[in-house]
Amino acid sequence: MTEHVVIVGGGTGGSVLANDLADRLEPELDAGEVRVTLINDDPDHVYKPVWLYVPFGQREPADGRRALDELVDDAVDLRIDRVTEIDTEAQRLRFDGGAPPVSYDHLVLATGSTLEPDRIPGLAEGGHDYYSESGATDLRDELLAFTEGDLVLSVVGTPHMCPAAPLEFVFMADDWLRERGLREDVDITYTYPIQRVHGNPHIAEWARPIMEKRDIHVETFFNAESVDPEAETVTSMEETELDYDLLVTIPPHTGVELIEEAGLGDDGWVDVDKHTLEAEAAENVYALGDTADTGVPNAGSVAHYQAGVVGRRLASEIRGRPATATYDGKTLCFIETGMDAASFVEFDYENPPSPAPPSEKLHWSKLAYNEAYWLTARGLL
Amino acid sequence: MTDIEPDDTVDARGAACPGPLMDLIGRIRDAESGDVIRLLSDNDQSLTDVPEWAEEAGNELLAVEKLDDHDAFYVEKA
Ligand SMILES: Cc1cc2nc3c(=O)[nH]c(=O)nc-3n(C[C@H](O)[C@H](O)[C@H](O)COP(=O)(O)OP(=O)(O)OC[C@H]3O[C@@H](n4cnc5c(N)ncnc54)[C@H](O)[C@@H]3O)c2cc1C
Repeated sequence: MTEHVVIVGGGTGGSVLANDLADRLEPELDAGEVRVTLINDDPDHVYKPVWLYVPFGQREPADGRRALDELVDDAVDLRIDRVTEIDTEAQRLRFDGGAPPVSYDHLVLATGSTLEPDRIPGLAEGGHDYYSESGATDLRDELLAFTEGDLVLSVVGTPHMCPAAPLEFVFMADDWLRERGLREDVDITYTYPIQRVHGNPHIAEWARPIMEKRDIHVETFFNAESVDPEAETVTSMEETELDYDLLVTIPPHTGVELIEEAGLGDDGWVDVDKHTLEAEAAENVYALGDTADTGVPNAGSVAHYQAGVVGRRLASEIRGRPATATYDGKTLCFIETGMDAASFVEFDYENPPSPAPPSEKLHWSKLAYNEAYWLTARGLL
Repeated sequence: MTDIEPDDTVDARGAACPGPLMDLIGRIRDAESGDVIRLLSDNDQSLTDVPEWAEEAGNELLAVEKLDDHDAFYVEKA
């Protein structure tokens, strides 16, 4: 009998896992004992970290796209289709357009995050973002023409992808406007939902003095409730109103609906054991990356490490051995602090982050990491 | 024990900070005015975070129940 491993989602986590399995299970794949199918709803693989640079005219969205079939090992069956239903009892998936269902022996969900700007009235009309390809290019057009006024960056939804990216955006905007001699005519305000500037207290403590030094205003306990695109104001649940000329937001995020419909977790995030990454509510189901509700940041580095853990566990299970690999919460993140300096953090479930002093070298390391990503996704790094 | 009947419960036990407060804010966001949300948290930080935010947002913290291994916060949306 051929065991069928199905991965839903060909983003960072799903692609790294598919290539990891192609390598790890090469003998079994060659012998026809195992099949690996990767399903993605887009023929391209999209690398989202590129979007941070698009508004500043430093990268093109195309730099973050590659055809999945060039990225994924030939031993993996690639299917471009949207999964619309997961039946964890029958171990079967259904597709858009009524294509025949597919059965699995092992399922891995790597469906990432979805943006839901419509949850906040006025946000889609009044706000801009760099959390989507079209958002990033629209914002570029606005930002390149922006020479004076109030620039507000508001973190609306949490959890959201890459918790460092909102800080990075205001640090980069500050530096970029200074370099162009416009900073005196622009006020930058950063808003955050809780009493700190970042969810992690260590990163918040590090970032706050930098913001003060750089004259970036901070509004904490600010949870945007509505945006008035006519009046150009954003109002919070705490009843603070801010005027803006350019509003950049991190929109609310959810996972994908079919996860909730399958009873695997709320808001499209899969409830998992945070060490084994096994779904709590079903057998033979793993989740990794953004959709796995482990409490660690939604970051590509996390998806990458988790893919290695799930790859090792699946190989053990397929070989009839106990699965022992576990995820320890490892997260790695470069944080841009300007247009040519960055910091770096590394942490896990036990050890808190301690941001490195910003340097040009770390900035180049981040850019190099982004370039090398295409090797990482192929499983070569 | 309180006899407050919550309209909805957010179980954030096991979540690291600031998970519980963020989860509460998310649920209050979707709630109707007058709804009572019960937050279960085993993170000590919630004991300061939650009252601070409730006050800031003008929502009333009706009660905090100390249970064996976690606390239950009852917050009414203004
Ligand atoms: C602006 C920005 C900057 C970032 N910077 C960094 C950074 O510097 N470092 C870092 O580590 N992380 C960064 N991230 C975060 C990182 O991009 C994500 O955390 C990462 O992509 C998560 O990987 P994933 O595999 O879980 O999901 P994704 O990479 O989002 O992939 C999910 C895939 O699933 C597919 N899919 C979803 N539903 C279905 C379905 N029903 N059927 C078929 N396919 C489906 C999607 O189309 C997508 O291809 C950044 C994110 C953004 C937005």
